Amino acid sequence: MRRWWLYVILAAGIVAVVGPFVWMILGSFKSQGELLRTPPTWLPSQPTLDNYVQLFTKLDFPQYFANSVIVALCVTAGNLAFCSMLGYALAKLDFPGRRALFVLVVGSLMVPGMVTFVPSFVLVSNLGMSDTLAGMILPFLAGPFGVFLMRQFISGLPDELIDAARVDGAGEFRIFWSVIAPLCKPAMATLGILTFLGSWNNFLWPLVIAQTEDRYTLPVALALYATGQNNTKYGLLMAGSVVVVLPVLAIFVALQRFFVQGIALTGLK
Amino acid sequence: MAGLTVARTRAARTAGARTARSPHRRRQMYAAWGFAAPFGVLFAVFLAGPVIGSLMMSLTDMRSADLRNPFAVNFVGLANFGKLAGDQIFGQAALNTAYFVGVGVPLTMVVALAAAVALDRGIDRFRMAFRVGYYLPVVTSIVAISVIWRFLLQPDNGLVNTVLSWVGVAGPDWLASTTWAMPSLIVMACWRNFGNLMVIFLAGLQAVPRGLLEAAAVDGATAIERFRYVTVPMLRPTLLFGAVITGIGYLQFFEEPLVMTGGGPLNRTLSVSYDIYNQFGFGNYGYAAAMSYVLFLAIVLLTLFQFKLLGRGVR
Repeated sequence: MRRWWLYVILAAGIVAVVGPFVWMILGSFKSQGELLRTPPTWLPSQPTLDNYVQLFTKLDFPQYFANSVIVALCVTAGNLAFCSMLGYALAKLDFPGRRALFVLVVGSLMVPGMVTFVPSFVLVSNLGMSDTLAGMILPFLAGPFGVFLMRQFISGLPDELIDAARVDGAGEFRIFWSVIAPLCKPAMATLGILTFLGSWNNFLWPLVIAQTEDRYTLPVALALYATGQNNTKYGLLMAGSVVVVLPVLAIFVALQRFFVQGIALTGLK
Repeated sequence: MAGLTVARTRAARTAGARTARSPHRRRQMYAAWGFAAPFGVLFAVFLAGPVIGSLMMSLTDMRSADLRNPFAVNFVGLANFGKLAGDQIFGQAALNTAYFVGVGVPLTMVVALAAAVALDRGIDRFRMAFRVGYYLPVVTSIVAISVIWRFLLQPDNGLVNTVLSWVGVAGPDWLASTTWAMPSLIVMACWRNFGNLMVIFLAGLQAVPRGLLEAAAVDGATAIERFRYVTVPMLRPTLLFGAVITGIGYLQFFEEPLVMTGGGPLNRTLSVSYDIYNQFGFGNYGYAAAMSYVLFLAIVLLTLFQFKLLGRGVR
């Protein structure tokens, strides 16, 4: 332990980063009275599940949860399918405009969400899709980041496999489906997780699309609850935050190597 | 003579290959279009279209009432941009955003670099645990994080002021103070984002050749000198990338003030994105679109500036 001081600094950092999460989880088991106590308590003195019970009975959290899951799954499926298709074309197929298309995809990574926000809203409402889950899903069904990631990964696959399949008489769609797609599993896992979490945490778009309560996603419900008249029901806010965050933390801790892989795949080494 | 023959054969071979490959190339082209089609349609409708649409809208007086009748809107030229120049609230929002980016980006970079260097230096045990721990806030919903931080920053029974009181400091009412609200949000943003940069910097650090560091050590360079003259220059492309993505992200700063402060106190945490969102809420679509293009321009300029600043010696 020659460098013990490094451990001390890093550990202090961990406490500062993970501490609020622990405090949130512990706080969700406290009563309103205990949450208002000065100085604040760390462990709940009389642990209660009351906050969660209220969340799932008095508020419509099961509905918000289901909305979040549906939107995130659809967005993820769309990105996996469409981004890997274009990624394959950009990586391995020879066609005019290939470079220009790639530059366009990469360039569009820089466009801030606020620029497309107002026209997209006008478009979606003119399509009659405001206040629908479809309206939340459609604009996010395929994104440039996914194309970039899949293209980087597929570029690294050997050409010989594709050539061999072509010699055997396979068409391009057959090659994509039977040769490329199975080899893309690691990249697809990475893209799938990143997209799922991105969609799960997405806030602004669902906020403007959802107009009736049963269309809320979890972050929308939590934010409206936290900034509305009920913002003093601390226990409920804590429990609501746990419901938003915990699935994500579980997915992340279980599959965290894919996040590093994503960074490696998008060429940041 | 021999050279000429070789050249001619090679030319013939290439020409032959080209004709033989031609139907095959056409088939690839059709396939490529097929593969590009679903993405292309979505891209055109929900990204390229809105980018152009936003530019057009910014030149009109479109309001939410015109939503179902786009032909009722009037072309007003650059009037929206002129109005922006004299809009005090927008000016405040721009100032706030500049403050957030100007302080937040360097702070986040320094914390992330320090964590990456600490993890890179001889810490093999627990490296994974530290990396996972520091990355946790990055993948967490900003709304939930904002809710939690609002509790942490409460004046009387918040965790931050409680910890400060242990060392005899009486903390302010962070989010209600015109002085402290923005620094609170900056620290929170740093807390949330440094893990992402840290992972990127770690990858960069591991690509710094050990031999170079050892050579510098043999030549008598101290640890700080080695960091300053070997690690940082080798890391420059990575640092540039980190600065650009953090800058782009911070310029779009929005959810934190929305959930934590509502843009207050006295508009001190109102960001440009938040102002755009407000204008959208008021129904001023054309004006909001003009604002969003100003933000877009700022992002492009910041990126170019950072490339210029850090880009020296990258290539």
